[in-house]
Amino acid sequence: MVSLLDIIGPVMVGPSSSHTAGACRLGLLARCLVGGSPERARLELHGSFARTGEGHGTDKALAAGLMGFRPDDERIRSALEIAEREGLNYRFEKTTLSDDLHPNSVRLTVERGAHSHIMVGSSLGAGRVFVTEIDGYPVEVHGNSHTIVLLAEDVKGSIARIAAILADDNCNIATLRLSRKERGGDAFMVIEVDEQPSESVRDAIRSLSWVRWTHRLDKVSA
Amino acid sequence: MYSSLASAIKDAEAQQKSIGVLALETESRDQARPVAEIRDALARALKVMRAAVDRGMTGDLHSASGLVGGDAAKLREGPAGPLAGTPFRDVLARALAVQEVNAAMGVIVAAPTAGGAGVLPAVLTGLAKARSISDEQVITALACAGLIGAVVAERASLSGAEGGCQAETGAAAGMAAGAATEMLGGSPAQVGHAVALAQQATLGLVCDPLGGLVELPCVFRNATGSAIALAAIEMALAGITFAIPADEVIDVMGEIGREMDVRYRETAGGGLAATPTGRRLARERMVQIKRSGV
Repeated sequence: MVSLLDIIGPVMVGPSSSHTAGACRLGLLARCLVGGSPERARLELHGSFARTGEGHGTDKALAAGLMGFRPDDERIRSALEIAEREGLNYRFEKTTLSDDLHPNSVRLTVERGAHSHIMVGSSLGAGRVFVTEIDGYPVEVHGNSHTIVLLAEDVKGSIARIAAILADDNCNIATLRLSRKERGGDAFMVIEVDEQPSESVRDAIRSLSWVRWTHRLDKVSA
Repeated sequence: MYSSLASAIKDAEAQQKSIGVLALETESRDQARPVAEIRDALARALKVMRAAVDRGMTGDLHSASGLVGGDAAKLREGPAGPLAGTPFRDVLARALAVQEVNAAMGVIVAAPTAGGAGVLPAVLTGLAKARSISDEQVITALACAGLIGAVVAERASLSGAEGGCQAETGAAAGMAAGAATEMLGGSPAQVGHAVALAQQATLGLVCDPLGGLVELPCVFRNATGSAIALAAIEMALAGITFAIPADEVIDVMGEIGREMDVRYRETAGGGLAATPTGRRLARERMVQIKRSGV
């Protein structure tokens, strides 16, 4: 559903809603996977991101998002210098990821402490974003809801347990998608919820012995 | 939100409301948020729009490539033309100002996109100043513009990469024309005619920025897009009607966008970007961007 505030907005640092604001939002989402500013990141720019990214500040905007700056934060302009000063190692490469990927796409490999994750995302225009892959699993995350992602062993009743934890926190599930690479292999869950889940939800999910890892992706749209 | 301007006009007439108020109430229902909260978000957007106009007027901004900048100040302070001292010239200056801020990585409101962000603030704040219109009315007009943009998003596209410039500055002109027509006392039906009149004038407009950068001709397309919006507002308020309904004009914009060769959709492969001078400037400027560390 199109919202008025998607049309009159976002408030953002220019020059491009797709190449700057969208890139920043993709950085913000990847940041959530490691629970803070990545210490190291490899950013592989694809298509139009690779071709015209420099002139649009796509690299700055991605770095800004990784450091938690929002699309309207004027520090985006000096994000690369800030990252260097903070000792964060962000490397940018131009590449072709795959032919069927949206022209404005990036693969982010982010590391913080013991955590390391890979996310592929696209910027669709007007600041809207779409995450297509996390750690090799296909996902569909738009960042306009609070989202929980988790990787779990393929045990029976897992969905019911997670749903119960969310219900206890008074979170309403909007969408739930499950994918796995093979039968009996690990299952990847993406759950969009209407309300922001509390920290205790994440802790409760983490404490389940069959959950390998879980993260909360914040709502990044207005 | 509405996906047809005709049904919005019909509902506004039946409920004796402006399209702006109808838009606020619909958004409130869709998103389960109070109207006051939506007005607050739009008030913040208006504040950012005004700040961008003011910042851009100072004339000391330049884009990373150096291709654009300083032209808003020329309209403000430069030699007089036939439209000196009129709201028309002021609106053009405001549109250039916002886009110059955008190109220099300043803060703007994407409305509907960053590339078309100059038209709506220029037309609404320029005419509000000329006619002493309150901020409350401008905020309602922004909601009206949002509804029009939502209809374009549903029926066609708001992305230059998908639909060419007709989907960015063209859509912005339609939004500004409809919203300002209502702000200046036009009826819901007149809003529809204003949107159709503005949108028909930009049908087929390609997206052909030099080097793929949101600079040239984007900055100037926002000024000329505003001029088209002003023409549409003047005609609609005079009672002129456009025989093809706005929804159908928007549909055809979408159709033309889908048929448009990829060279004309933000790829810098055709149009002004592919002219000998366009190619040379893009090549030189990209070198400059790399040197300046941007």
